[in-house]
Amino acid sequence: MGKKTYSFFPGCSLKASGHENTQSLLKFCDMVDIELEELPDWNCCGSSSAHSVNHDVARDLPLRNISLVPKGQPLLIACPSCLIRLKQSFLGLKNDGNLQKKYEQDWGRPFDPGLEIIHFFELFKRIQLKAYIKDPKTRLKGIKVAPYYGCMLSMPPDLRNEPSHYGLMEEALSSLGADVISYGYETQCCGTYLSVAKPKLSERVVTQIISRAMDAGAECLVTACAMCHLNLEIRCALKNPIPAFHFSELLSMALGAENQKKWFPKHIVDPLPLLKQRGLLKS
Amino acid sequence: MIALKKGHGELARQIQERSGINFNACLHCRTCTNACPFVAGMDYPPNALLRLVQMGMEQEALESSTIWVCVGCNTCCSFCPMAIDIPAVMDSLREKALATGVKIAEPDIVSFHDEVLKTIEKYGRTHKLEIMMRYKLKKRDFLSDMGVGLKMLKKRKLDLTPSRIKDKQALKKIFKKQIKQHKIDKQ
Repeated sequence: MGKKTYSFFPGCSLKASGHENTQSLLKFCDMVDIELEELPDWNCCGSSSAHSVNHDVARDLPLRNISLVPKGQPLLIACPSCLIRLKQSFLGLKNDGNLQKKYEQDWGRPFDPGLEIIHFFELFKRIQLKAYIKDPKTRLKGIKVAPYYGCMLSMPPDLRNEPSHYGLMEEALSSLGADVISYGYETQCCGTYLSVAKPKLSERVVTQIISRAMDAGAECLVTACAMCHLNLEIRCALKNPIPAFHFSELLSMALGAENQKKWFPKHIVDPLPLLKQRGLLKS
Repeated sequence: MIALKKGHGELARQIQERSGINFNACLHCRTCTNACPFVAGMDYPPNALLRLVQMGMEQEALESSTIWVCVGCNTCCSFCPMAIDIPAVMDSLREKALATGVKIAEPDIVSFHDEVLKTIEKYGRTHKLEIMMRYKLKKRDFLSDMGVGLKMLKKRKLDLTPSRIKDKQALKKIFKKQIKQHKIDKQ
């Protein structure tokens, strides 16, 4: 089977902070015959700060990224926040002829209305995991996981027609043998940058999310957002919180990746004791 | 009884024009308020803030903590039965608050946004370590979160050097006006 190539937008969180997320994501894609080409010279999407205080910069930062995508390649975005910024910009561009003129003038490329911008979940849906694993049910057997989406499933009204990915992690993890825990806080926002400017407020929500998951019997959380992952790790006020995995880490592990020992030491809450206890990782 | 001032519709008109959102469709059903994870940190819940804008209570709306505490997680607007993009309204209110020079209820949050934008202007990408150092320096607060910072450094979650883009001209095009620190008086 030939490899399918995607243009890859890592975003700042994965590029400079969530290294284990990037490494496991790349490993996973490689294992399922997907080639990722990092978007050449990509820039920050503007994050929460640009749209909070500078409307023009918030509009222009994502547009340059859109202009850099090689024609015909779908653009894969790993960070849920970057995804919304780029999708909204793309939609704005599609609906505004004047903005298209400005875009073509600024970036010297014709606007391509056919560009496909997708999240990792969308790509995951296109993969037949069973084609790569003979005994899927044994791969994460016995581990009690609490999927955590944070705000990534909440879409602003103009993106309401986007496909919903609710239940995707539940289905994937249980197909790999994990015991999926339901705890009611799967889609509670982690507080993103309030973690810096209002740490107490952030601590309150993060501690609530993790406590509820633990009360429901979870042994770990699983998230598909590097920002959420960081907040879960640094803002939990509990003495012995459960570890949090990146979704891509568990997927790569299930596929038999062997370089995961490089990822887990980057976690602040060590997940190794749990994995060893469940016999999922040999010491 | 609330006596509406003459020209009370002006604020709503401006915000509607800037954000492109018709928040007059709001039913005040409080779905947003019940869904908001950070309502505990706000002085007005989201629907009450929309009411302030509808009634032209400019000072109360622009000086509220609500507009800064909202992180734009979209939980409110994904449940809103009238599909009002409340975070987009917040964006326009913040912009107006900074432009009008009213008292800012959450200066730390503005200061954080400024530092983030400054690193994007400089490198084309954010640089977490620099953002944190400058933010703390301005706040003259080095002790809180020292433990978290050290842990993150140890686990290499704060890269020492920034990741940069090559095309500096592109940044000049995007940041036509230099990002300046907003001057905010501590209340």
